[in-house]
Amino acid sequence: MSNISQIDQEKLIHEDGFNDHFHEHHDGDKYQMGFLTKYIFSMDHKMIAKQFLITGMVWAVIGALMSLVFRLQLGFPESDMAWLRPILGQWIVVNDAGVGTLSTEFYYALVTMHGTILVFFVLTAGLSGTFSNLLIPLQIGARDMASPFLNMLSYWFFFLAGIIMFISLFLSTGPFSGGWTAYPPLSLLPQASDGSKAGMTLWSISMVFFVVSVLLGGINYVTTVLNLRTKGMSMWRLPLTVWSFLITAIVGILSFPVLAAAFFLVICDRSLGTSFYLSEIFIGGQALDHVGGSAILYQHLFWFLGHPEVYIIILPTMGIVSEILSISSRKPIFGYKAMVMSLSAISFLSFIVWAHHMFMSGMNPFITNFFVIFTLIIAVPSAVKVFNWISTLYKGNIRFNSASLFAIGYVSLFISGGLTGIFLGNSTIDIQLHDTYFVVAHFHLVMGVAAFFGMFAGIYHWFPKMFGRFMNETVGKIHFWGTLIGAYMIFWPQHYLGIAGVPRRYYSFENFDAFSHFGTMNKVITIAAFFTFFLQVLFLINFFYSMYRGRKVTNPNPWGANTLEWTTPINPGHGNWDGNLPVVHRWPYDYSKDGEDHIPQIIPIQPGETVVHQ
Amino acid sequence: MSSTVVVQKSKIDPKFFTLLIACASIFMMFAGLTSAYVVRQAGGNWLEFTLPDSFTYSTIIIIISSVFLHFSYFSFNKGKEASYKIFLVVAFIMGLFFLVLQYYGWTQMENMGIMFNGNPSGSFVYVISAVHAAHVLGGIGALAMAMIHALSLDFFVNDKRRNRLKITVTYWHFVDILWIYLFLFFNVQR
Repeated sequence: MSNISQIDQEKLIHEDGFNDHFHEHHDGDKYQMGFLTKYIFSMDHKMIAKQFLITGMVWAVIGALMSLVFRLQLGFPESDMAWLRPILGQWIVVNDAGVGTLSTEFYYALVTMHGTILVFFVLTAGLSGTFSNLLIPLQIGARDMASPFLNMLSYWFFFLAGIIMFISLFLSTGPFSGGWTAYPPLSLLPQASDGSKAGMTLWSISMVFFVVSVLLGGINYVTTVLNLRTKGMSMWRLPLTVWSFLITAIVGILSFPVLAAAFFLVICDRSLGTSFYLSEIFIGGQALDHVGGSAILYQHLFWFLGHPEVYIIILPTMGIVSEILSISSRKPIFGYKAMVMSLSAISFLSFIVWAHHMFMSGMNPFITNFFVIFTLIIAVPSAVKVFNWISTLYKGNIRFNSASLFAIGYVSLFISGGLTGIFLGNSTIDIQLHDTYFVVAHFHLVMGVAAFFGMFAGIYHWFPKMFGRFMNETVGKIHFWGTLIGAYMIFWPQHYLGIAGVPRRYYSFENFDAFSHFGTMNKVITIAAFFTFFLQVLFLINFFYSMYRGRKVTNPNPWGANTLEWTTPINPGHGNWDGNLPVVHRWPYDYSKDGEDHIPQIIPIQPGETVVHQ
Repeated sequence: MSSTVVVQKSKIDPKFFTLLIACASIFMMFAGLTSAYVVRQAGGNWLEFTLPDSFTYSTIIIIISSVFLHFSYFSFNKGKEASYKIFLVVAFIMGLFFLVLQYYGWTQMENMGIMFNGNPSGSFVYVISAVHAAHVLGGIGALAMAMIHALSLDFFVNDKRRNRLKITVTYWHFVDILWIYLFLFFNVQR
């Protein structure tokens, strides 16, 4: 082995690289000239990634603030909320004594919007949109996405969806309030609830635009990964991040159209008088004209997307965490192929388990058996992943920085939240646990907080690539420990509430003898929620401060990573690599091998080197 | 968007590949709609009726349109300018005719007493065929673009143009096959 650490990467790419004649086509820089084309209608994947990230952050703050308001109601139902009147206006009802209470209708709207925003806008668009856009071209050695134009459209459809949803928050009848799943008949009948009036109309239009955005993005990601890999980048040399983005995009392409179909029928039922989901219903003493629809049909269509959707949220973070754990423990990822296989297995199974959300809908119990079995089988590939993550850490030379801490925290949360999934996947236990806080605790840990941890790990790790500066490590570590403790304090007690049968989405438990003694626990949860939120404010300050004032990156490969994004200039321009494209000679996980700390993918196989992976 | 130079590793063109994935995605939407149809039908209270003949004629028309479009593509590749243009125009006109026949089919259904907002069995046919028609309309737009190119630009064959035509032709075949699937589905799942 010659001195690999001495090799000048820039020189190597210049000599060994692959000339695609990119810089002979100067029109490539045309769309980066003005402010508008560089920052607003950008077609550069790195800028689009930042647009997705910042938009996602704005939505995350809105969604989190909503959860604080309803947590306040749940933890301190007696308290005076009149001070919120300047912000929430008519939704705080002030009585003669001057004591303000949260409107019950608006409480449901808050819960609904919190779910919609976090699931779709933050953890789908904000997460996949950011990291798929940033990392796919950089890590496979491409100049940009297959279609930069569709990529730009993808962001702007998301933006449009966001604007429509945002407007719906200010309607006099309030935003949609029937739960993020929008089950009929409640979501279809304006006379049933205020939120089902204009709020639901805007909600459904917004979601259709959102589906368009996800599909445009996903189609692009898949095409780019399969067609634009640089020389030598075979599928088995892709970093696990790219594998996870590819599989996520495929799952999205197959499941989101079905959601579009479901929403299309919703719109017909609401506006054109059809009866796909509406059966014979009396409301307010009046019989509806609708005859012969099936509300369960909607649930089938919705969850056919809805279940894959939770994997669309979690799969990209699995890739991010695998990559970061390997880098920060200076060891190859344990079981690379098993990681890819388990990702594929999870995504395949995600399509045949949707009815486990519907055990209590009156399904045939013999059919539920099928869904129980496949749901429990998901534990197998999930366990493979957890085992591999832990084995990657085992005996590693671990570097504890903000990114790796969040990645390790992710594994913890994924285990804690995943184990309760085994409870809920059983249709018999689900009779007790259905629609209780146990479910809330389960999915918040496993796909809410865990996905956020993966996202934070990714942000801390790739911040230098995005902005050419580091985020503050000390603040990052405070952010990690505080969030880890806070998140567990919020969601751990909720398991107990759920086992005791406390139902989710209830405005108040004052009239229920069985649940009224949980008042203290609810107070603790609310205080923990506020505590956790303020740590996220700390993160936001760190993020925006570091963007302009953070420590500058001087080493193009600050983490000592092997993947291609660290072979670009520190602030890559349009086209990512200045001269030739890098050529790949090895897989991305050659850490601590043959006495070398790390061997980047662009280094040719050296004479006498042991080959562990082709 | 010609601004990014595409490095082609495989022989398949990325834009063409994008189209194939988009087709898969569109097909999933119709798979969702037709599955909803099957599930709802199994629930009972299902009005049975025969499809209007207009749908049969429209099926024949769109198949012929696809065949003509493929002739046009062959002619383009062989450099036969006249037949390329003529077949393209014919395919386009037949595409429009398909939409007219679909519309006529909906009026026929209405005359039979199958209302859009009546029994779901009829509503499904209306909605699914309308969503399909919207996709055909997209194809008509693509054909119109191809026609404008064919009639206004000087004729010569190069890879870029062949690819563009191939994408248009493939999408048109896709909506054609999609309709055949839906037509057979409606006839079998009565």
